[in-house]
Amino acid sequence: MSTIPPPTRLNPAAQQRDDAEKDRSMVRQKELIAAYYERLAQAPERGEKTVATFVPGNLAELIQCFDLVPILPEINALQSGMRKRSGGFITEAERLGHSEDVCTYVKCDIGMLHGGNIGPTGAPLPTPDLLLLSYTGCFTFMKWFELLREECDRPSVMLQVPYQARGEITPEMKAYVVRQLESEVIPALEKLSGVRFDIDRLREKLELSRRAEDDLVAVLESAKNRPSPIDAYFGGVYYIGPIFTAFRGTEEGCEYYRLLRDEVAQRVNAMRGPTTPEGEVTDERFRLVVEGPPNWTDFREFWKMFYDEGAVVVASTYTKVGGLYDRGFRHDPADPLGSLAEYCLGCYTNLSLPKRVELISDYVREYGADGFLINSVKSCASFSAGQLLILREVEKRTGRAGAFIESDLVDPRYFSAANIKNRIESYLQMVEQKRASGVTS
Amino acid sequence: MTATTRTPAEIAAWAEQLYYDLDFAAPRAWKERTGGSAIGFMPVYAPREIVHAAGALPVGIVGAGDWLEVIRGDAFYQSYLCHIPRSTIDLAETGRLDFLDGMLFPSTCDVIRNLSGMWQLLRPGAYVRYVDVPQNYVKGVGGTFWEHELRALARELGELTGTPVTDERLRASTALYDDNRRAVRELYALRRDEPERAPTSEVYLVLRAGHVLDVATHTALVREYVAAARAATPPALDNARVVVCGAFCEQPPLGLIKTIERSGCFVVDDDLLLVSRWFSRDVGAAGDPFAALSRAFLEDTVPTAVMYAAEAGRGKALVQRVRAARAEGVIFAAPSFCIPALLDQPMLAAELDREGIPYTAFKYAENTGQFHPIREQTGTFADTMKLWSVA
Repeated sequence: MSTIPPPTRLNPAAQQRDDAEKDRSMVRQKELIAAYYERLAQAPERGEKTVATFVPGNLAELIQCFDLVPILPEINALQSGMRKRSGGFITEAERLGHSEDVCTYVKCDIGMLHGGNIGPTGAPLPTPDLLLLSYTGCFTFMKWFELLREECDRPSVMLQVPYQARGEITPEMKAYVVRQLESEVIPALEKLSGVRFDIDRLREKLELSRRAEDDLVAVLESAKNRPSPIDAYFGGVYYIGPIFTAFRGTEEGCEYYRLLRDEVAQRVNAMRGPTTPEGEVTDERFRLVVEGPPNWTDFREFWKMFYDEGAVVVASTYTKVGGLYDRGFRHDPADPLGSLAEYCLGCYTNLSLPKRVELISDYVREYGADGFLINSVKSCASFSAGQLLILREVEKRTGRAGAFIESDLVDPRYFSAANIKNRIESYLQMVEQKRASGVTS
Repeated sequence: MTATTRTPAEIAAWAEQLYYDLDFAAPRAWKERTGGSAIGFMPVYAPREIVHAAGALPVGIVGAGDWLEVIRGDAFYQSYLCHIPRSTIDLAETGRLDFLDGMLFPSTCDVIRNLSGMWQLLRPGAYVRYVDVPQNYVKGVGGTFWEHELRALARELGELTGTPVTDERLRASTALYDDNRRAVRELYALRRDEPERAPTSEVYLVLRAGHVLDVATHTALVREYVAAARAATPPALDNARVVVCGAFCEQPPLGLIKTIERSGCFVVDDDLLLVSRWFSRDVGAAGDPFAALSRAFLEDTVPTAVMYAAEAGRGKALVQRVRAARAEGVIFAAPSFCIPALLDQPMLAAELDREGIPYTAFKYAENTGQFHPIREQTGTFADTMKLWSVA
């Protein structure tokens, strides 16, 4: 790395501390997630019923209307990955006969279940009372809950979300989702909870969602500033945590996003860079767009490969799997079920490949990115199949060079730190050289 | 074809030429002869009746097997994705699919789904439709959605070919496909009851010919084979009766099917080329033909990994198939990285365990070339069942 000065580009004062000073929003985010897991653990003794469901196309507000608590197996898996527990769960699932070729989120979940269903925080998780299969943008979801149903002996209800193959939501797609909500999902939730559906209660929650979504978009779009006050991928996954899980449609969620927005606005005014686990980035040298989910088992090490080089992610697609709010969608109290349907239909993984290419290209331009990087994860064909073509198309359309690395979601065997670091460094070196020579493609 | 004089082996040999023809001479000739269009479709299910009613030839595209060296296609896919999309891309990039006037991509899995988008990017202006089948089987819910999808497909294909899909035309096409499915059921019944007469290596080729032939021609071929097989006097074999499960999308190479048989197995049921027998009963030609196709899909679709099971007990249907075929065991043969098949397998295996039905499992790719380990495995499995089975 002759052209890139050695690391690091962080605020030295922050680095000297064992743990960098946390923003108030970071502390609040941790509290929210901890409280959620606490509530989940106590749900059986408090007499609360639980519903397992997925992040993309989740019906958080609707679930709350029935006083039910969501269990999110993807979140459990990624949290287990971050706590270095997923490897053992995956091994256990493979010992039980699950193929090495399939999604490691699924195997992590199955392995965790067989190990006593102890959640990522160390507290036992309840067996879900209902499996609400929101089948949005991922075929594996369907099989996942079929598997879970065999394990748990609990009923399931399916919400099929048609795929936006031609990059549009047709009236028939929306009507199909609404019909399923009315005739299948709501009756199942009523039956489980004993609570009658109240559409006005849903409207109130959707209004709260809309407010939080406005604030989240302001946070994400703050990355258009130079320097960017946020990292929209590694930091972004913390920002989306509450709204992608149990806090969309809640007062706590609204408060969190207002707090976060205010903090980010202050950073913009002070021209401060993003916060990282080791301090603040003080010298933004590369602005990148990232496509694909992160690796969770070595999340911090992965992030460090970027901030050590002064690379800041200014936009990412992964932070849109739970909703494409930055392209204008908002939950709408005036059309409660219709807007839930549009939400489900509009999640990132439900977009066609041409639309994904268009979105990434737009991000590169809108956020003034120097390039883009694809983290292709073995587990997720929904993301990965076609990414090599996405790489070529985005390069062609933007004139920016792309990088391609491979890892996995929560299988530590598929995170090769040395290879990935080498690729990232080589890529950034190339970007630097092209920039120096005035070449953009 | 001379329908009355050929032996089963001769018919299979004729079908084998179609199987190995990656230039698709048969559908190209059909287009030249009729002036019609050709519409490709990928596994697992596509409503071929509608394509036919639009005056087009539905052409099944199931990869390139083990006789095409995939070069360009590999540049589009990471190593941890299955093989069928890369060979399909290779077929397209080498001009072998240029005769197709459109392509249908069913909602089989995320890989085929995303391939529909890749097709749009790689072939701008080509007709591409994603066939989003319902996973909700209630008439007024999933049925309404599916009927709309069928009508939209019909409208678009009618515009593409210049032959509108009228109710009358669709009824006629459905009748032809019902007849074809009856013929295929006869073929499968023959193999189940007298497997030595109809080895799967031949049955498969006859079935596969239906992917490139006009439906009526294929129906005649199937019936010719059944008649010839019934008239033949094959040697008696003491093979183990097995069901092959998991091979519904990317196809095993013919050599692999032969290997299973040579290792001492009669394949008495399978899920190869499932589109040819997707419905367990006739669709029926009376009434509204779109509603009939929709009803058949909701009520008569054969259970398979790509379709949601609304109730628990995913493996029960496989057990029923094993019983109906009087099979002694199951061979799970799934393509590497086939998400539906491999995620399904633990549920199926658990049910087989509960029922005491033996099974073995291996993975393949369409270009698998090493059959010896598989022969060892399935041969041992067959011997074990023969020697130690309590049945």
